[in-house]
Amino acid sequence: MILLDRVTKTYTRGLAPALDRVSLHVEPKEFVIVVGSSGAGKSTLLKLLTREEKPTSGKIIVGGVDYDKLKDREIPLLRRKIGTVFQDFKLLPNKTVAENVGFALEIVGMGNGEIKYTVARVLDIVGLKGKEKRMPMELSGGERQRVAIARAIARQPRILIADEPTGNLDPKHAWDVVKVLEKINQYGTTVLLTTHNQEIVNKLKRRVVTIEDGKIVSDKAGGSYR
Amino acid sequence: MAKHSQPHQTGQFRRKLIVTERILKAGCINFVRNAWLAVAAIAVMVTTLTIVLFSVIASATFNNTIEQLTDKIDVSVFLTDEVTEEQRTKLISELESQENVQSVEYRSKEEALEEYKKQNQDNLDLLLAISQTDNPLPASLRIKPKDPEKLQELKPFLERADIKALQSEETSYSGDRKEAIDKITSTTDFFQKAGIISVALFTVISMLIIFNTIRMAIFNRRDELNIMRLLGASTSYIRGPFIVETALYGVVAALISVLICGTLFTLSSSTFEASSLGLLDIGYANTFFTEHYWKIMGGQLAIGIFIGVASSYYATRRYLKFKSPKK
Repeated sequence: MILLDRVTKTYTRGLAPALDRVSLHVEPKEFVIVVGSSGAGKSTLLKLLTREEKPTSGKIIVGGVDYDKLKDREIPLLRRKIGTVFQDFKLLPNKTVAENVGFALEIVGMGNGEIKYTVARVLDIVGLKGKEKRMPMELSGGERQRVAIARAIARQPRILIADEPTGNLDPKHAWDVVKVLEKINQYGTTVLLTTHNQEIVNKLKRRVVTIEDGKIVSDKAGGSYR
Repeated sequence: MAKHSQPHQTGQFRRKLIVTERILKAGCINFVRNAWLAVAAIAVMVTTLTIVLFSVIASATFNNTIEQLTDKIDVSVFLTDEVTEEQRTKLISELESQENVQSVEYRSKEEALEEYKKQNQDNLDLLLAISQTDNPLPASLRIKPKDPEKLQELKPFLERADIKALQSEETSYSGDRKEAIDKITSTTDFFQKAGIISVALFTVISMLIIFNTIRMAIFNRRDELNIMRLLGASTSYIRGPFIVETALYGVVAALISVLICGTLFTLSSSTFEASSLGLLDIGYANTFFTEHYWKIMGGQLAIGIFIGVASSYYATRRYLKFKSPKK
């Protein structure tokens, strides 16, 4: 599902690369946790997958799409196939919960009836049924992140990338969010989660990839935080 | 993620339609929301379009005046009463074969008298005096030149001794009219140049202001636009509403400028009673405006939309980063 082959990303020439010949293979329906301290290269890895950044060298293939052959105008189409969740939620403050989720469907031209149906369904999955009309400001951090997850999965992506989704949340809410991610993974979506929350990593008992100074230093199935 | 059964899935073509509809709708909503930001952009666009419109109308009016005056330029050759019909016919055909002659019109003594009487309708003393004598007016040939500027070229022919003998008095070259034409031509020239320069200047100013307006709009909504991009919105979906919004500026500005001109003409024609203001014939300008109303409206809309779309096209290209990420 995700294949990185000796991928290097250097932001400033002469300085140490943010990612140094990273190779990674993620199977379909896998749940992979990427851990590492801040600045280790986790975010760079995810930005390469969503094509916010281009690798300096190396090959990336996601869902059968070879990024070397990807044209600029195809980037939006690629992003529609990958669901993304961010640490800072990136919700639109002046739109309701339902509108925020529907927004992702509007831009691909889905009809209003279908949007309404889909929004209700995904809000049910993330456990926010009945809060459709709330504004993001009226929700807790955990609820906001679940809105963001609902938005990310509304288009039924095959891959969900979650960049520190629990970074801004207290332990209880953090765990709620992780449980939603597990549920989505059970439905068959490949999940790539970055975090530095030790407790979550240990509790999940999933494949753990550790990045340090731009290099993968360990990759263990059912692993725990080092 | 597992497929759930859905009520109705939207087809490809319908999706494109829906997207187009949403872009148009978003553009209109932005237009209303940014109304205050748009005021400056629309105001300067109205100025531009009004100048364009005035230039076009003034130019048409000047050209009309020139045409009318040119039409009046002619050479009158007055014939003695002794000229026979044969001599006259010969003279006419000789004149017609001259290079710069468009037409030759014969006016008999009687016709000349009729016209004179008509011109002096109100002067009863004069009419009375004239009716008591023999017709004192000479028959004449009115020669219309092809090119009024080269009127003098006829002179050598008309001054020839045998032809001169047929003439009763000095040839009239309508010199004063030519002067008036020269004056109008140079005025028109000046106005056209001034018009072109101010149109160009104001077009640039409006484009800069709209460019800036869109830049601010992009800045105000940068979070939203960024989220749209991350969610996979296409370039046209992000850019479209801005283009629609500025096209609407153009439409509104065009309507206002036509309204301004229309109101001015209505006011001026009732004030001046279709009289002439110096060289500018307000009556004709009004007629021109009314006759070409839809063409003018269409032209104004086209220019307004062009200015709006072109400036927001460049603003969005500059400030919405559509370029592919760097290596």
